[in-house]
Amino acid sequence: VALLAVVATLKLATMAAAGGKPAVLLLRPVDAPFAAALRDRFRVLDLYAPGQALPALAFVAAAAAVPEPPRATVIWGGVRVDASFLDAAPSLRCVVSTAAGLDHIDLAECARRGVAVANSGEVYSTDVADYAVGLLLDVLRRVSASERYVRRGSWAAQGDYPLGSKLGGKRVGIIGLGNIGSRIAKRLEAFGCIIHYNSRKPKDSVSYKYFPNVHELAAESDVLVVACALNKATRHIVNKDVLEALGKDGVVVNIGRGANIDEAELVIALREGKIAGAGLDVFEHEPKVPAELFSMENVVLSRHVAVLTEESRSDLRAHTIGNLEAFFSGQPLLTPVHADSLAQ
Amino acid sequence: MAAPPPADERPLVMLAQALFPEFAAALAGRYRFALLADADAAAADEARALLVGGLPRVTAQHLGVLPALKLVACTSVGVDHVDLDACRSRGLSVTNAGAAFAADSADYAVGLLVAVLRRVAAADVYVRSGRWAADGDYPLTTKVSGKRVGIVGLGNIGSRVARRLAAFGCAVSYHSRSPKPSAPYPFVPALRDLAAGSDVLVLSCALTDETKHMVNRDVMEALGKGGVLVNVGRGGLVDEPELLRCLRQGVIGGAGLDVYENEPAVPPELLAMENVVLSDHRAVLTPESIGGVLEVVIANLDAFFSGRPLVSPMEL
Repeated sequence: VALLAVVATLKLATMAAAGGKPAVLLLRPVDAPFAAALRDRFRVLDLYAPGQALPALAFVAAAAAVPEPPRATVIWGGVRVDASFLDAAPSLRCVVSTAAGLDHIDLAECARRGVAVANSGEVYSTDVADYAVGLLLDVLRRVSASERYVRRGSWAAQGDYPLGSKLGGKRVGIIGLGNIGSRIAKRLEAFGCIIHYNSRKPKDSVSYKYFPNVHELAAESDVLVVACALNKATRHIVNKDVLEALGKDGVVVNIGRGANIDEAELVIALREGKIAGAGLDVFEHEPKVPAELFSMENVVLSRHVAVLTEESRSDLRAHTIGNLEAFFSGQPLLTPVHADSLAQ
Repeated sequence: MAAPPPADERPLVMLAQALFPEFAAALAGRYRFALLADADAAAADEARALLVGGLPRVTAQHLGVLPALKLVACTSVGVDHVDLDACRSRGLSVTNAGAAFAADSADYAVGLLVAVLRRVAAADVYVRSGRWAADGDYPLTTKVSGKRVGIVGLGNIGSRVARRLAAFGCAVSYHSRSPKPSAPYPFVPALRDLAAGSDVLVLSCALTDETKHMVNRDVMEALGKGGVLVNVGRGGLVDEPELLRCLRQGVIGGAGLDVYENEPAVPPELLAMENVVLSDHRAVLTPESIGGVLEVVIANLDAFFSGRPLVSPMEL
């Protein structure tokens, strides 16, 4: 292991010797255009470089030991930024996260150490909102289910697949009316849905009906859309009581984080017909999905893809580089996150 | 609406085919029915109205056995299954479902569009197969918002599709028989030009002699290799064998299809394609829209039998 560490440090020193450009610690895989864009501007210490064999924390520590160590890092949701991470790389002054959420970052710890944090801003918001609407349409109108039916050859043999349910006039309760939730609201209004919402505080700029808690929101909604961040206050915010309040014709759509919903209770509620259906892009223990869902016709499932479009990928590249360049030139970050802006 | 009249004064309505049970139950108190195939001479001579439920073919011969006929009331939006030339030459009025299905059809068109562009149905199949834990990357899809959408037919359904997609920030243009002065979207006189300037083409127009096979190879080449076709109109609007070729060859990028040339026969080649989303002619069908159609049918029949203007007459 000691020899591996020496070899790695030598390799890193070589990576870092590109002269003149500031060093950036890259802790997520990136595609070729992203890699090229980063290398054009920075000395990139790349965890995923071909032949790089150190595990993440050891790589971080080795990077911290090169001459002119990196002051900024690019991470994704799989990297926990906590005290031990920050201890391993004391040179870091800026964390740029490409994830949509921030639940993997100890914002209070970063603030204590004066480490600035930048998030992905609105890079993903539109694609996630589009996908949420697509999931809802699919669940209510049974798009995927009738697709499977037609592909099985059942249409000619058995006649029409059972009907779905109209969107217009449905009361949609959005949990979290931020960048994503507000875009979902705007789209669903055009379908004739009635928008209700819950968030930490009511928003004066919208005319949608505000509910101070999710239970009351569910009681007066036909659909619940989870579009909020995951933090201590929102873990299992959709629980058994909320599902009961939503009721047997109710539908849940989750494009937030799996842990926003008590997944075990959700499966029970679906199994027992206590709610009518669900569209889920996220799960509590990804990539594990409760197998019971696979045989249900009234759910639509996807593997955390709501952000995955070509357009958001290239927007993310531009946005990340924008934040890095702002940091290194002493400008304010494009999308800084403050510890006190979220209930942690 | 007025209360149903006493039993023996109920007007006679001829049926082109048997009604769905919900329809029959809702209409039983208001009208007497006879089924065209079984009707005796007296009923055939008496019938002034023909109710066409579903999509059975109604030919000049069918109409010919009903000398007193004045109204053909359809429960569908599209009426290409009725011989409109024969109706026109006999001076018959024809009514359709009006706007009863419009919102649900428009909702479904958008659902198909998102499903194709964002591969929603394919993602679902993927997860259900248990592959997530084992596999690596998922293919990037393409953003829905901001796409250029060309709508063919800006009627009740097309205009609602436009409104929904405008909320997604899509740039909407349209093609129809003639421009609609009140529509806030650019009118494109030639279908091929609409296709050339669009990322997605949505078909929501009637099937007529003029529009049959309007989406041909030329139009699909203009739509191009990233382009997507969504059809909630009629299968006959598209040259189906050519569509299969264009999908197979990558001339267009994908399709969302609710209708086919020979329903319920779906070309087997489509069943193997990942870049299409298929459904069983369900765009109009929700329980609420069936209730809406009933209201329109009753309104048209009531108006007809009491000499008032029809609610949803079609221009023949």
